[in-house]
Amino acid sequence: MTNADFNWKVGGAQGEGIDSTGEIFALTLHRMGYYVYTYRHFMSLIKGGHTNYKVRISPVQRRHRGDGLDLLVAFDQGSIDFSLPEMSPGSAIIYDSTSFEARIPEGRNITLIPIPLTQMARDLGMVIMKNMVAIGASAALVGLPQDAFEGYLEERFGKKGDAVVETNRKVLAAGYNYALEHTDWRKPLPGLPEASKGKKRLFMHGNDAVALGAVVAGCRVVAAYPITPATEILYSVLKLLPKYGGVVLQAEDEIAACQMAIGANYAGVRAMTSTSGPGLSLMSESLGLSGASETPLVIVDVMRAGPSTGMPTKTEQADAFHAIYSAHGEIQRIVLAPSTVEDAFYDMQRAFNLADKYQVPVIVLVDLVLGLSKQTVDLEDIDFERIAIDRGKLLTTKDEVDAVVARLGHYKRYELTEDGISARALPGLEDAVHMVLSYEHDEEGNEMEERGMRVKQTRKRFNKMRSLNMDEWALRRTGPQNPDLLLVGWGSTEGQLEEAREQLTAGGLKVAHLQVGALYPLPAAAIRKEIEAAGKVLVFENNYEGQLLELIKQKVGHYDKVQASLKFDGDPFYVSEVVAMVKEVA
Amino acid sequence: MAVNLVTEYKEHAQSSTWCPGCGDFAVVAAMQKALAALELPPHQVVAVTGIGCSGKFNYYLGANGFNSLHGRSLPVAQAIKIANRDLTVIAAGGDGDGYGIGIGHFLHAVRRNVDITYVVMDNHIYGLTTGQTSPTSKKGFVTKTTPYGAAEYPIRPLELALAGGAGFVAQGFSGDPKQLAEIMKQAVQHKGFSLINVYSPCVTFNHEETYEWWRQNLVNLDEEQGYDPTDRTAAFRYVYEHNGLLRGVIFREERRDYQSELPGYAAEALVRQDLSQPVKDRAELLAAFM
Repeated sequence: MTNADFNWKVGGAQGEGIDSTGEIFALTLHRMGYYVYTYRHFMSLIKGGHTNYKVRISPVQRRHRGDGLDLLVAFDQGSIDFSLPEMSPGSAIIYDSTSFEARIPEGRNITLIPIPLTQMARDLGMVIMKNMVAIGASAALVGLPQDAFEGYLEERFGKKGDAVVETNRKVLAAGYNYALEHTDWRKPLPGLPEASKGKKRLFMHGNDAVALGAVVAGCRVVAAYPITPATEILYSVLKLLPKYGGVVLQAEDEIAACQMAIGANYAGVRAMTSTSGPGLSLMSESLGLSGASETPLVIVDVMRAGPSTGMPTKTEQADAFHAIYSAHGEIQRIVLAPSTVEDAFYDMQRAFNLADKYQVPVIVLVDLVLGLSKQTVDLEDIDFERIAIDRGKLLTTKDEVDAVVARLGHYKRYELTEDGISARALPGLEDAVHMVLSYEHDEEGNEMEERGMRVKQTRKRFNKMRSLNMDEWALRRTGPQNPDLLLVGWGSTEGQLEEAREQLTAGGLKVAHLQVGALYPLPAAAIRKEIEAAGKVLVFENNYEGQLLELIKQKVGHYDKVQASLKFDGDPFYVSEVVAMVKEVA
Repeated sequence: MAVNLVTEYKEHAQSSTWCPGCGDFAVVAAMQKALAALELPPHQVVAVTGIGCSGKFNYYLGANGFNSLHGRSLPVAQAIKIANRDLTVIAAGGDGDGYGIGIGHFLHAVRRNVDITYVVMDNHIYGLTTGQTSPTSKKGFVTKTTPYGAAEYPIRPLELALAGGAGFVAQGFSGDPKQLAEIMKQAVQHKGFSLINVYSPCVTFNHEETYEWWRQNLVNLDEEQGYDPTDRTAAFRYVYEHNGLLRGVIFREERRDYQSELPGYAAEALVRQDLSQPVKDRAELLAAFM
């Protein structure tokens, strides 16, 4: 199957427009009907440093960047050196011969295609248009018609006037023709099934899906502090929320952002904050407040490589422990971990519903690769019909308050109930004046330290989670029953694990794949069943400690059977790495 | 009406644990009086606090209350107002809560200008933790943590608020609850962020700045001929020249509050809006991602 895909990449120095060049290429192919998956390599700086944008083009849906590389556009030697390990046999490199003479190690089956990208752009328009020359050249060599990018040029530059569109068109055509005339290297894109041609699909990343999912789930306040790689969530909600009167608020810091989300939730408006690990650290105290005061809260943590400032633009899955254990004292919480863009969309609804129902903090862990990799998603897979807003025990009218008063004599915010969940009255309702507090309290919300009530309120806060069952929905499984080998993962590793499973199966192994969608509470019973039925169990994670593995050991057991395969260099798994790790133990 | 409403507040209030003679009693009483005079019943009011003796403000006020964490009253209060603009939102704290751990939120609340009222009970000492130096303690003040006298200069909250662009800055004194209630009335009515710094003596841990000391040292702006509270520069100079020892409304300016500046912000409170609309707008919403 991998041979059916085409991998293209553009690389250069940060600040040269590499991202937009990659996105032009990806979006155009996406609109033609291909499934594209993009991967950005970038650094935490604005100018200089190496950056690249990879596009995997396939007639079928793919959920990772792909192992190989068929065509590289390089604006400097550094881009070539960086991507050499990925270059497939028979691949080619278009390089900017105006600025350098490309070098590759001897013996590599790679065609070098010098094109004076900068010179051509300068002669026809402006130097910055060298990207357009490169796109034109790429289009020619992969068999795209010259007008393939026409729609995009109109959309992108139309507002700047016909002259700008025309110049870009000219520059692109020059690159196209130059490539056809100066090299024999060709590698056509995979064929596109008739039904796919021009099919309307979505082009979005996990951060977009988080934003869309939140808005559709009824979120109306997003308070956040900018941080890589979570800021795109703010941009996306800014596109969507004002239409519904919603507020996107850039707070002074993550402490304020999280407290604001708590304040708005208390007042009855679904609210969230989005951040990355360093921000989540600052939110620890707010997790405790949400837990103690039983105020719903939704936090999205787009995980980057830590510890501390770490590697802000690189991926990692090392915040599981942080999300599950941070905050002093003992509180309950829920931690979700979407694996796909679609998961991220639906998990936001789940997060808000669970936060409202159980009146606890819910943390959604998205890893950087899922958060930032724009990709093609089928329209029907973002199904609004599946959205059902459930506010839990929320009193929103005087009549609802009256019913409580008739039963109890007066409204009690922290009433000890059978299921542990007490009705939450919106502030502003008559006969429901009440206190919500971070201190230990009695049923009325009076601060107190009486031992009996302390025990009862603690038990109540923990007992309310008893009705929560993650086993029913939080696992996705493929492959045969009773496998010799079970691959387990969470987050964005699903694409690689699934392709590895296909390859290993083709190689004669009996392999199954289990993707875990919730880390706390862990769907332990369902995982136990899978582990018991398997021979060996390998847990794949982008961290050093094997955090999911440790959770499994703690909650599921079977220490002898489970082991971890870990990668924590900031780079996502390649399928070949997964396969090699499996072969070490299988 | 007003008298009955004060009673209603008192009925909801929890019994107090403040020291007898604490200045904060007068602050709560003045707020009850001000809210009653504005005919705002307890259920339409939310008071938000942090931690410290001041953190008990909402337990004793008798309105809805949210007791957050140390220094965090303002972010919670602003979000409550944004979520439900029909509520009257009061944030309250002390000098430690507001000008120590919460100073960052304070300055940003000033410039954000959400329509809330912030009352700081300023006694120049940490009370609940039994007597340590505070950000407003004067230089040289001897406390348990500054046995040789405080080395730092005090925070100047009024100047900070004025410099930050606050639209309503006032200072009250627990020894004059009548003036304080009047200031509070105006602050609650002010559209936008309003600060009332209240000199509220700690009778247990601050034996220097007593009721008597304040009485002798505070200049009452209500009695100052020709003082113009609409001139920011003059207000700044006046506060500076008097070393902050003033009481009354120091500065006021009408301007649009945060919510009025937001695009698409509807007149109806956010909390009452129909959440099902986006589901109906699927095609339009998804078009942003094609």
